[in-house]
Amino acid sequence: MSERVFGAGLKPREDPALLRGERQYTADIALPGTVHMEFLRSEHGHATIRGIDVTEAQAMPGVLRIVTGADLEGHLMPLPCIWVPGGVESHFPPHPYGLPGAGTALATGRVRFIGEPVAAVVAETRAQAADAARAIRVDYEVLPAVITPEQALADGAPQLHDAVPGNLNARWTCGDADGTEAALAEAEVVVKLDLHNRRTINSPLEPRAAVGDYDPLTGEYTLYATTQSPHNHRFLLSALVLGIPFNKLRVVAPEIGGSFGTKGYLYPDMPLVLFLAKELGRPVKWQDSREGLMCSTVQGRDHRQYASIAGTRDGKITALKCTSYANLGAYPSTIGPGVATALMGRSITGTYDIEHAFCEVFATFTNTVPLGAQRGSGRAEATFLIERLVDRFAATIGMDPAEVRRRNMVRPEQQPFDNRMGWLYDSGDYGAALERALEMAGYADREAAKRAARARGKLLGVGISTFVAVCGVGPSPRIAKEGMLGGSWESANIRVHPTGEVTLTIGVTGTGQSHETTFAQIVAQEFGVAVDSVQVLHSDTTKAPYGQGTYGSRSYSVGGPAVQIAARQVTDKMRLAAAHMFGVDDSAVVFRDGSVLVEGDPEKTKTFQDMAMALWYGWDLPPGMEPAIDVTTTFDPADFNYPYGAHIAVVEVDEVTGDVELVRYIAVNDVGPVGNPLVVDGQIEGSIVHGVGQALMEVAQYDQTGALLTANLDRYAIPRAADVPFFELDRMETPTPHNPLGAKGAGEAATVPTAAAVTNAVCDALAEFGVQHIDMPLTAETVWRAMNAATTSRSEAQ
Amino acid sequence: MLWEVRMRISLSVNNRSVESTVEPRTLLVDLIRDDLKLTGTKVGCDTGQCGTCTVLLDGRAVKSCSMLAVQAEGTRVTTIEGANAETGLTDLQEALWAEHGVQCGYCTPGMVLALQDLLATNKAPTEQEIRCGLAGNLCRCTGYQSVVRATLALTGQNGGRNDV
Repeated sequence: MSERVFGAGLKPREDPALLRGERQYTADIALPGTVHMEFLRSEHGHATIRGIDVTEAQAMPGVLRIVTGADLEGHLMPLPCIWVPGGVESHFPPHPYGLPGAGTALATGRVRFIGEPVAAVVAETRAQAADAARAIRVDYEVLPAVITPEQALADGAPQLHDAVPGNLNARWTCGDADGTEAALAEAEVVVKLDLHNRRTINSPLEPRAAVGDYDPLTGEYTLYATTQSPHNHRFLLSALVLGIPFNKLRVVAPEIGGSFGTKGYLYPDMPLVLFLAKELGRPVKWQDSREGLMCSTVQGRDHRQYASIAGTRDGKITALKCTSYANLGAYPSTIGPGVATALMGRSITGTYDIEHAFCEVFATFTNTVPLGAQRGSGRAEATFLIERLVDRFAATIGMDPAEVRRRNMVRPEQQPFDNRMGWLYDSGDYGAALERALEMAGYADREAAKRAARARGKLLGVGISTFVAVCGVGPSPRIAKEGMLGGSWESANIRVHPTGEVTLTIGVTGTGQSHETTFAQIVAQEFGVAVDSVQVLHSDTTKAPYGQGTYGSRSYSVGGPAVQIAARQVTDKMRLAAAHMFGVDDSAVVFRDGSVLVEGDPEKTKTFQDMAMALWYGWDLPPGMEPAIDVTTTFDPADFNYPYGAHIAVVEVDEVTGDVELVRYIAVNDVGPVGNPLVVDGQIEGSIVHGVGQALMEVAQYDQTGALLTANLDRYAIPRAADVPFFELDRMETPTPHNPLGAKGAGEAATVPTAAAVTNAVCDALAEFGVQHIDMPLTAETVWRAMNAATTSRSEAQ
Repeated sequence: MLWEVRMRISLSVNNRSVESTVEPRTLLVDLIRDDLKLTGTKVGCDTGQCGTCTVLLDGRAVKSCSMLAVQAEGTRVTTIEGANAETGLTDLQEALWAEHGVQCGYCTPGMVLALQDLLATNKAPTEQEIRCGLAGNLCRCTGYQSVVRATLALTGQNGGRNDV
């Protein structure tokens, strides 16, 4: 094929079957003889379990087995936590191997959040299991609950875990504490901002599900589950929860209906369906409900931040300080503590060159659902902080917020740039992205737009947010320093079949990112073959080479290079074999249009298929060359990668109702060279709407008992089609030096600045009311109250 | 006991007559997914918000999680399996594919049926009409951009694609 496959916006091969509803998700799996598991979940935020009576439930129709925490002792170990805040003292619930623990599969002795599984019922049908779960009687002694970190850290606060004094998982710090204090003390201007980046719920459309199966003849377990990390789940479940040999557990991720960070975690249902499948001798299936998801799948954000930014009157930022209280929820989720500390804290300087910065995070346990990643995790919270602060600083010194950004941005000649907080930015021109976004937005004409909107009863606001987001998790030694217990490399296997078709098997698992298309494009480009001849397999641990999972926008930027390196090992071998057959130097051999040939010598050409067959037969290979093509490589990147960009939101606020309408959204992103623009634009568009949701409508609300008041989609709002306009996108493509594709993370980067851009726009629209900051979500009521509070206090002052 | 009550129902699903015995509380979506094994219809919530369970009932889009199976007595139900062309894609599905109006695919069968309903009553909906027509269908992946673009393109209107 002559056209360039890499970089082409090919229509994803996955889509037709998805459009026809034919791909199989976990909940669609119906193994013969399947029985169904349902949970009884805690109805109290904090309570001692004095007793559990299953007598009535056990006698109900179809009930096969009921287990409580006591039944699991000696069978299932507690779930482990594998990301400890690095470099500081930390405290966790126990795990028998001395690892940090993350709670037991079923509550033992005490419940610590509403939604925590207390008992599991297996019955012939799902409805029977649910009926029986409701008939279990639990004798609770209700304890006082703590909902916020401030409550949890207060003297005399109720204590959640015996091994965690004061409910404090860790006080984590980074940056230059003394230098920052000194710079703040000496500064011409210091602006303070206290904000609450509130709890959100990821809300993929597919709730989690798991099917466990056990083969008594081989002693092998199989878990089909909504997992974005099947290999990691295999490792953690076999070695650290079930205590069985690694090679006795197979994990399969069927089609996954979105994740956004939530489906890489260990959850109680995973070991339970396996344990119960073995006990009962039948496949056990569990499907969560939306309400179950809302009160048990990891939630996101939730930092209470107290920040100061300092600078000169001519707009130079000199210092930044943040004290953050992070709400980890009742237990550490699998990687939650790292998300709340390093991913947030090291990112607070954003795209700016700030000489003195310091961040401290109090990672705290409370009686709420465990915290984990939400698209853009940590980095979105940090970006919201710095981008709000920059706007407040600009307003205080009376300077255009775009100009303040220009004066402080990392310049391209400073790359690679040490942000002094632990990240070494890789490449790119942050200022160019900002200028492009300003130009697209018509930023210079914003006052005229504001006047025109005002004539219609609308307050128009323009908000800027730039961002740089650490992505592409790896290299392994680097993440070890951050306290992550695991590796972060990826792998790929390529087999070239005798007939010339290719099978690529990748270690990563997609959750809706068209991996089968994009990864095939890399191979087709290297081989010069039709993209349709490259089959892509994944997500079954018995077939796929090892991988660490899809998180932190690493599938393409860490898994992609593994594929490219494997492909180049294949072409290197095929080139040597062809050079041997042609009697030429291997540098003369090229791959083009499905052929392996020597330029300018029509006699010396073979089809890719002929070469594949020649290597399969092995009749005439260079001395020492092994026959056949079956290559597996691993790739551990040199460092993280850092996508960046500049976004501008334009909102109109109704001056009577406070209703906010997002009328324009401009986004310039640089995620490195793009493998498939149709796919990447889709990721960016979806990412933006995720951030818009947090800005305008999404919040998980708890009452003082720990009850989640927003436990379904009728009370937890996520954006609908009419809530957003068409976006205006542009891109830059600066390669990262840290992988051979030059690829940077694309799956979540565009979420990172969005909430800040929208909030900055709303605050800009309300500037005339003296509104300085409003915590998200910016609902009509919240905005109306802010407008009217500001109006009232102003008139009182007069 | 309440759970021992069973009711007989008959209805048409994808142009085939279906006779079934169900509990009164059985939801239409559970009949479709569990009894008829038509798993293209999904369950994303329990409150009629997400639209992944959308089917056509006598030609109009309804949420099959918010109806009892017994309420479908005597009706004509079309699921995604019944809306599909024999092979390949319908024009609507082709248009969605061209714009990559599907990512994880979980909302997609419901989206397709909701759009089919919209286009049956409004041959050339405006952008705003499409957005409002999808009010009952949540998508967490696409941000709706490609879905709306595809629908505009299908009806011969120049969508909001901002060429990069």
